[in-house]
Amino acid sequence: MIRSLSSAFLLIVALFALFAGPLAPAHYTTQFREIPNAAPSRQHLMGTDDIGRDRFSRLLYGTRISLLLAPAAALLSTVLAALIGGLAGYLGGVWARCAMGFVDLFLSLPWLFLLIMVRGLLPLDISPVVSILITFLLLAILGWAASARILCAGASTLRQSGFLLQARASGISGIRLFAVHVLPNLRPILLAQFWISIPVFILSEANLGMLGLGVAEPMPSWGSLLREMEGMLSLSDGPWKLAPLVLLILVVSCFELALTKQEFAL
Amino acid sequence: MLAIRIARHLLSIAAIVLLGAFLSAVLVRSAPGFDTDEEQLDPRLSAASVSALRESHRQEHGLFRFYLSYLGHSLRGDLGVSRSLGQPVRGLLRDRVPATFRVVVTGLALGWLLALALGLTAALARTTAYDHATLIASGIFLCLPAAALALLSVLLNSPGYLGIALIVFPKVFRYMRNLLAKAYSLPHICTARAKGLSELRILGFHVLPVVAPELLALAGVSVSVAVGAAIPIETLCGIAGVGQLAWQAAIGRDLPLLVNITVLVTLVTLSANLGADVIGHILRSEGA
Repeated sequence: MIRSLSSAFLLIVALFALFAGPLAPAHYTTQFREIPNAAPSRQHLMGTDDIGRDRFSRLLYGTRISLLLAPAAALLSTVLAALIGGLAGYLGGVWARCAMGFVDLFLSLPWLFLLIMVRGLLPLDISPVVSILITFLLLAILGWAASARILCAGASTLRQSGFLLQARASGISGIRLFAVHVLPNLRPILLAQFWISIPVFILSEANLGMLGLGVAEPMPSWGSLLREMEGMLSLSDGPWKLAPLVLLILVVSCFELALTKQEFAL
Repeated sequence: MLAIRIARHLLSIAAIVLLGAFLSAVLVRSAPGFDTDEEQLDPRLSAASVSALRESHRQEHGLFRFYLSYLGHSLRGDLGVSRSLGQPVRGLLRDRVPATFRVVVTGLALGWLLALALGLTAALARTTAYDHATLIASGIFLCLPAAALALLSVLLNSPGYLGIALIVFPKVFRYMRNLLAKAYSLPHICTARAKGLSELRILGFHVLPVVAPELLALAGVSVSVAVGAAIPIETLCGIAGVGQLAWQAAIGRDLPLLVNITVLVTLVTLSANLGADVIGHILRSEGA
């Protein structure tokens, strides 16, 4: 019941994010200069920010960016993990040892530390669209290591299986054996890793955005919207400013609950 | 056997640290804008001054030269000079490490205490309502970004280590709860309970020895979590520690500082995991 509800909630949020354009009362850059920092009203459901932009509209557009690009980054990261970890497990021997050594190096640094270090090295004075691409590409490129280790273990188990021996005996070898027989059998692990990566990437983007290393202004994302909390004097100082945080918690919680359902379904 | 295990771990730590430092140097060197130096754009500087500045940075421009020279100097205790802050890296780290140590250790201790208290009571009480309540509480903290927790700490006037504790707590609690629940359902513990042993005795003599190796491994991982969380917590809470320094180094593309912090963080996390692994191995050997 709870799992169905969380899936339904995620679907509703995704639909709202997808149709942010027609649903939002204003564009995310439109400024209502006469009413900066306005409290919620019928015209502005969550009030306006410091420079008079409608908070509700920015939340809708920000949700679109965070919620649609995190799965894209998770997909790319899972593909990388499948190629590196899956191939290493399938080939075994020195390949597996080298690949796992590289994975160890990645995992020896705390995830957030690695992300902030590498993001800090890339240009910060860039256009908003490029900042979105850099942020989510970075998540995908740096986030494959943990999944690769699990996929390597899965593929090395398959390497010893009877059906692969039979396939080899039938003359199938190399890439064809990996693509046709190994990868489809890794599908449950791939799907689980994909689902696990989405909330991790959503939270990571929020962390980067709050430290000023994420999506650049005026483009909204959950990270950049959460930065508004820096201007608050206390929690009672405009509690509606906490709406992005509440939405973030709800969405990530729903992903965790839906993930369990996904694992059961596999 | 134990000595061989420790030696193997130490060798692997040394290899990972050297490789990590080299990769971070590669990343910084190949990052866009690395060759640009604000000082060189100053119109008041003469051609000779600009040339002298370029000469002073030349050693950093050759990657292998920089890296080999860095290794040689660091063996003598000289970690170089920060480009963005203009101070010796060794002094910067010496000043900042105590603050980070305090925040991380206090946060870890508090997070573990909270997780242990709630995990034990959840495993002992075995009531659905309490179990759900603790799961929801830990779930909320699990879904909060570290930076948001840091800002909430600022808004609530709470110390920075509380943020780290609340980041460590849900990760430790969930694993610990499952581990304790599994241990309490073991046949020999049910027998001990049936024979009338006190809960404290069951915990100390029968449950903890079973879960200790896994809890130790979890402790190693939680150090890595806490060190990672130190960056947003220190940056947003205004704590002058290594986490804040790491953020400043990343923003300022400070090669010497960045490489040294990477080495330090890698050493800390790997040493924590080594310690956990060695103690776990000793406990398992004694148990066998």
